[in-house]
Amino acid sequence: MTTDGTAVSTGRGILGYGAYLPYRRLDRKTIAAVAGTGGGKGTRTVASFDEDTTTLGVEAARNTLRATPEIHPRALLFATVAPAYADRTNATAMHAALRLDGSVPAMDATGSVRSAAGLLRLALDGAGASLVVGADIRVGLPGSGDEAAGGDGAAALLVGGPADGPVLAEYLGGASATAEFVDRWRTPGDVRSKLWEEKFGENNYLAAGRQAWTDALKATGLTADQVDHAVIAGLHGRAVAGLGRRLGVREGVLGDDLAATVGNTGAAHPGLLLSATLENAGPGEVVALVVLSDGAEVFLFRTTDALAAYRPTRTVAEQIAGGAPLPYGKYLAWRGLLPVEPPRRPEPARTSSSAAVRSVEWKYGFVGSRDRESGAVHLPPQRVSMTGGNVDDMEPVPTADVLGTVKTFTVDRMAYSPSPPVVFAVVDFDNGGRLPIELTDMDATEVAIGDRVEPTFRRLGSADGIHNYFWKARPVRTARAAEEA
Amino acid sequence: MGSHGIKDRVAIVGMGCTPFVEHWDRGTDDLLIEATTEAFANAGVDKEQVDAYWLGTAQSGMSGLTLAKPLQLQGKPVTRVENMCATGSDALRQAAYAVASGAYDVAMAVGVEKVKDGGFQGLNAFPIPGDGTARTLTAAAMFSMVVPAYGDKYGVSEAEMRDVLSHIAAKNHYNGARNPRAQFRKEIAPEKISAMPKLAGQLGVFDCAGVADGAAAAIVVRAEDAHLYTDKPLYIKALSLVAGNGSGVIDPEYDYTTFREIAACAEDAYRQAGVRNPREELAMAEVHDCFTPTELVLMEDLRFADRGTAWKDVLAGAFDLGGRLPVNPDGGLKSFGHPVGASGLRMMFEAWLQLRDEAPAERRIPADGRKLALTHNLGGYPGDMVSFISILGSEIG
Repeated sequence: MTTDGTAVSTGRGILGYGAYLPYRRLDRKTIAAVAGTGGGKGTRTVASFDEDTTTLGVEAARNTLRATPEIHPRALLFATVAPAYADRTNATAMHAALRLDGSVPAMDATGSVRSAAGLLRLALDGAGASLVVGADIRVGLPGSGDEAAGGDGAAALLVGGPADGPVLAEYLGGASATAEFVDRWRTPGDVRSKLWEEKFGENNYLAAGRQAWTDALKATGLTADQVDHAVIAGLHGRAVAGLGRRLGVREGVLGDDLAATVGNTGAAHPGLLLSATLENAGPGEVVALVVLSDGAEVFLFRTTDALAAYRPTRTVAEQIAGGAPLPYGKYLAWRGLLPVEPPRRPEPARTSSSAAVRSVEWKYGFVGSRDRESGAVHLPPQRVSMTGGNVDDMEPVPTADVLGTVKTFTVDRMAYSPSPPVVFAVVDFDNGGRLPIELTDMDATEVAIGDRVEPTFRRLGSADGIHNYFWKARPVRTARAAEEA
Repeated sequence: MGSHGIKDRVAIVGMGCTPFVEHWDRGTDDLLIEATTEAFANAGVDKEQVDAYWLGTAQSGMSGLTLAKPLQLQGKPVTRVENMCATGSDALRQAAYAVASGAYDVAMAVGVEKVKDGGFQGLNAFPIPGDGTARTLTAAAMFSMVVPAYGDKYGVSEAEMRDVLSHIAAKNHYNGARNPRAQFRKEIAPEKISAMPKLAGQLGVFDCAGVADGAAAAIVVRAEDAHLYTDKPLYIKALSLVAGNGSGVIDPEYDYTTFREIAACAEDAYRQAGVRNPREELAMAEVHDCFTPTELVLMEDLRFADRGTAWKDVLAGAFDLGGRLPVNPDGGLKSFGHPVGASGLRMMFEAWLQLRDEAPAERRIPADGRKLALTHNLGGYPGDMVSFISILGSEIG
């Protein structure tokens, strides 16, 4: 084990934060009735059948970037334990969906929760504004502890210095404790993680955690009772709880680990807990983030006066309060753990990579075009206007953040879908465009003409191992609905 | 510039049409041979006497070879035509124009589709490589959006709409029950149609056309030569085709209660044929009843009824076999199923039978002196379709 507490005075820190929790919830008490074992109290979040860690990450990043419109990240760093692709970068799809400039590097760090802490540390130590995204879909065999304890979600932290934008929480310093001990492991591609005897991991984590905690306090000249908020992320539940009791912080300082409502979202959890903490923190408060994964990482921040003016696009709290139940059978089917009979329709052909490249602004960015002469909006973009016949005289019409209204809709029980039926609506977007688009995160009986919907980045399906990303629309349910009203 | 048509310059002198069923025992070649053999016999010609061929098929074969090989045509021009569900109709259009141009004396249009070798229910489009953003809805779902839109616009309640759609389906099944070439030959009570579980929107299985294999063929010659082949030719009065620009799908002005392409196509066809009042002048119409709400809207787009009133006319029986203007007297797609490349020519085959007084008595349209028939095909979806209309007549002028 090596330790090295570091105090910094670069003024860098958190410029923005945002989280995304998928809409569906699994009630843990429904698990044992089917699996014969497992489950427990509370709920966990469940990524929809049309979501993967890339799309979860995009939604979190969109939430963060919408709250920080003046800041343009110069790097996109993506951490997940469950990448949608191996052998190629997943952050590039996020990069395209976020319409970042081509000169902005986008890269993945995958394989462990520690990747998320590592990217945060790199961003805090680096230069310029970096968007650090963590996303995970946590699985385990039916009835397992990981299945019940896990959760799906994403978080995106915008990290930078005062030159990039108002710093909401300044990074004071921290410490790492890296340790090699095999308490949890998984062969790539497996659903199941295997665990060594629980006590073994607990001991190692407590040792690493206490060491890093002590080093971080020492390096920053703080004492434990000066810490106003502390959150601990890590997959080892007993170690997380045990370290919490040993931090020496004041009563009430240790924050909710969201186990009862969300579950442990793996590589998303550090950012998710930090986001949830910043939502409730006041100015001038010390916030501690501890990550227990193959050692320990401690980050100490002090919030600034700028925090009060920050308006998250969607708070963690309101996303926790939202959501709708999902039957356990459907959960298993969505995760591929219960293969169900597919619709008797031909499966869609694989997406053409070359065609996708040509339409990257539409497919990933959801950018249509507007005829400069007639004003007609084209979704997807076209070269020749449908009104007046103007040729190659269009301006781009970004539509990803534009709300729309359901003009009419249909429920298709025959179309191929990984989770039928397909609900399709003709949506009139507020920018003057119209698109027939699939609805998601809702029940077929729920939709009505006049409903307000918003675009959401999804994986329509996969064929020949190529994931087909595009946009759907979902009902406007959260703060934006209130904003509108 | 102008769409002038070829009124009375070309005539159909022979037709053939296979039964439209699930032909498990027949392939594309068999269907082609059977439809063309009947048409040759009808016109009293053999394959050598036909100068050029147009083969319509959406996805049962590529190129003219699909027809040339099974028929063993020697040294003949054969062109394969594809225009979605208007494929067979467009083959006829091209053959007729070729004759009208003087390029050939005798031409044949054949339409065929062997659907039931695919292993899936329904029609499944051949996948074209794309960026993955195209809609994947079924046609039923796309057309189902017409139902609430029409009801809302014209104040027709959900229950009334249901009655209208069921009347359309029951009417077509009534006619189909009297047609030996039809796939479904049973009358179905409107109550049963209404009670079916919904597949897409408010559409149940009896609101949707079935799927079948089939082929149909027509031989065309110059009008002045027609009586060399038959005593009762059918003269081509109008052939109109409109391929839409797809704007309905993305145009916020589009309201799903009309098919713009068809209204434009009808205007062109009536102008070519000199038809002023289709309701009075047409003896019958074969229309593309792929789904029951499609037929409802077609009644207005084809000007068989005023806007917002077709639903009342449907309920009043105006388009029934004995009604003011019989629509789909052969049973329509509803009874025949829809072998894509063949359907358009199957519709013309019904006009061939009815206008020549050869339809069986139990489904013969009223003999009231009207001599014109209209056939109509569409391919695609509301807002994004091709439309074809032919007007045929048993007399010159």
